[in-house]
Amino acid sequence: MDIFIQQLINGLVVGSIYALIALGYTMVYGILQLINFAHGEIVMMGAMITISAVSILSGSGVNLPGPLLVVAGLLVSIPITMLLGFTIERVAYRPLRKAPRLAPLITAIGISIVLQQVAVLIWKNNPRSFPDLLPHASHDFMGAVITDLQILIVVLALVVMGGLLIMVEKTKLGRAMRAVSMNQSVASLMGVNINYVISMTFVIGSALGAVAGVMVGANYGLAYPTMGFMIGLKAFTAAVLGGIGNLAGAVAGGLLLGIIESVGAGYLGPITGGVLGSHYQDIFAFMVLILVLVFRPSGLLGERVAERA
Amino acid sequence: MLANIKQSKPAAYAGMAIFAVVLAVLPFVMGATLGNTWVRNLDLAMLYIMLALGLNIVVGYAGLLDLGYIAFYAVGAYVYALLNSPHLVPMLSGTGFEWLLHMPLLVVLPLAALLAGIFGVLLGSPTLKLRGDYLAIVTLGFGEIVRLFMNNLDRPINITNGPQGVNLIEPVSLFGHKFSQAITVFGIEFRSVHLYYYLFLALALLIIVVSIRLQSSRIGRAWVAIREDEIAAQAMGINTRNVKLLAFAMGASFGGVSGAMFASFQGFVSPESFILMESIVVLAMVVLGGMGHIPGVILGAVLLFLTPEVLRDVVNPLQDKLIGERLVNPENLRMLLFGIALIFVMLVRPEGLWPSKQRKAEFHEDDDLKAKDAEKEAAHG
Repeated sequence: MDIFIQQLINGLVVGSIYALIALGYTMVYGILQLINFAHGEIVMMGAMITISAVSILSGSGVNLPGPLLVVAGLLVSIPITMLLGFTIERVAYRPLRKAPRLAPLITAIGISIVLQQVAVLIWKNNPRSFPDLLPHASHDFMGAVITDLQILIVVLALVVMGGLLIMVEKTKLGRAMRAVSMNQSVASLMGVNINYVISMTFVIGSALGAVAGVMVGANYGLAYPTMGFMIGLKAFTAAVLGGIGNLAGAVAGGLLLGIIESVGAGYLGPITGGVLGSHYQDIFAFMVLILVLVFRPSGLLGERVAERA
Repeated sequence: MLANIKQSKPAAYAGMAIFAVVLAVLPFVMGATLGNTWVRNLDLAMLYIMLALGLNIVVGYAGLLDLGYIAFYAVGAYVYALLNSPHLVPMLSGTGFEWLLHMPLLVVLPLAALLAGIFGVLLGSPTLKLRGDYLAIVTLGFGEIVRLFMNNLDRPINITNGPQGVNLIEPVSLFGHKFSQAITVFGIEFRSVHLYYYLFLALALLIIVVSIRLQSSRIGRAWVAIREDEIAAQAMGINTRNVKLLAFAMGASFGGVSGAMFASFQGFVSPESFILMESIVVLAMVVLGGMGHIPGVILGAVLLFLTPEVLRDVVNPLQDKLIGERLVNPENLRMLLFGIALIFVMLVRPEGLWPSKQRKAEFHEDDDLKAKDAEKEAAHG
């Protein structure tokens, strides 16, 4: 039983990170119907820049408590990733807004390769360990172990996601975003500045990505320039699972995927008598993705979208 | 090309004859001027041409975006590798299935094509209702699943030998001659790379001919109809389900043939060769060259395969000379330039480098209107 709870906790932690990244995918998809392939790379950039900033700060003799140092690192990485997100949309997506849908998908893949290779140029192709700055005392929870770090990740993710939901529901920008995602041309007739809204979507999504990147780094203890692909793909799966374009769906999908993956991988070995082990963990995400798309393409919370001609 | 032939037969035949001679002597010229690595590169370029033409059927003709295409290449490669290496010998010996091993090329090749085609249908059937981005993601997932299985099927029964891959794969042997040995005909020594070149060239030409024949056939036109408007195609009486599955199977079988040849050529396969990036590279060949246009796709394949190889030869010496140390890894630079090229070509020429006339016209429908508007503005301005 405690194994189950342990896997549940681990899944919840990973899932809340997936959810945070999935929000970035789903926001862009909701507005542009575009898979922003480069989002995983934004997450990676967030993690790598934070690690570098923290090591420069602590190397130059700044004497701050650990968590504050990480916050300082985030204050460096978030603006940079925001700028990256803004630039990506301007350079690679905006000129192709009216092109066939294959075109922006290809530029998105191109951007993703470029970011990854730039990261390899800067940081070399080696994993960087995440500095040991955050509290990680462990607590006993119903027979399982939960660390301060895990609690911190889940709480922070929930706070950020809550903030985003409030932003989208209550503010003027949020209303504009919803309007653009429903119908761009009508929204622009109502006086919504489409380009501004789309840019802001990318900027906000990238900021969330940077935060998630730091969480990934802290949770696994390391970050590397090619990490963006797998984490991005899983987060995208989460977004599809919840119903892409739907914010609450992305959160639900992220948490669910994290739990499925973690519990599934934990039990796969014992159930199959050691035939299939936890090394099949990555297959789970893809299996879930394919099953969802085949049986419920609109996702768990998504509404059935009419075919676009 | 076909139109030219109709216009002036003798000139066209002469042109084709010259082209054939160039293709025939190319490996020797390359070998003499640039060294044997370049003959090898030529062989690999042929494999990529086959791959790109296979994907062209799925993406270019039928308009189904496939991001996991390399899985079929992998299937072909593993079929050849497992049946032509010592790896499965202990498992099969004494089971009555020994006849599976060391089958002649003319059996293995169709088998690889068939199995890859079956995988194509396997991928195609659950994804029939999906389109666009969703299809792209599912195919991507499929490609990764195939790779992950190859990576993990070394236990409990060792089928694929896991991450270590399968080695000691036997080279192709045709008419009783092993391709690993050189052969001398009329005083010219044909080495292994040369023999493979002619074999790959023949297969590539076969695939080109099949592609051309398919394009104007009833099936080819059905694919294009589906690409342009699936609902309209259905209304015209096309069985979209079967026709789409056929596109997946057809494209996959080309990939399977190419994969089998890759395995025999390299003598070694591992899951490392079948990562997502390879699928993306092949897709980029099709899109950058000009989707649905055979000469364009071939151009894309050659350009995208050979340019990085040139870079590999140029970057390190250049760095040594200019800076005195190797700051940039050529592989790194190659991928970086590749990404930039993808973005750049899509922005400047979304129809590809060498598109068909029809497709080019579709992309520039409103250019005339724009020009007229500009004229009017200027006149009134």
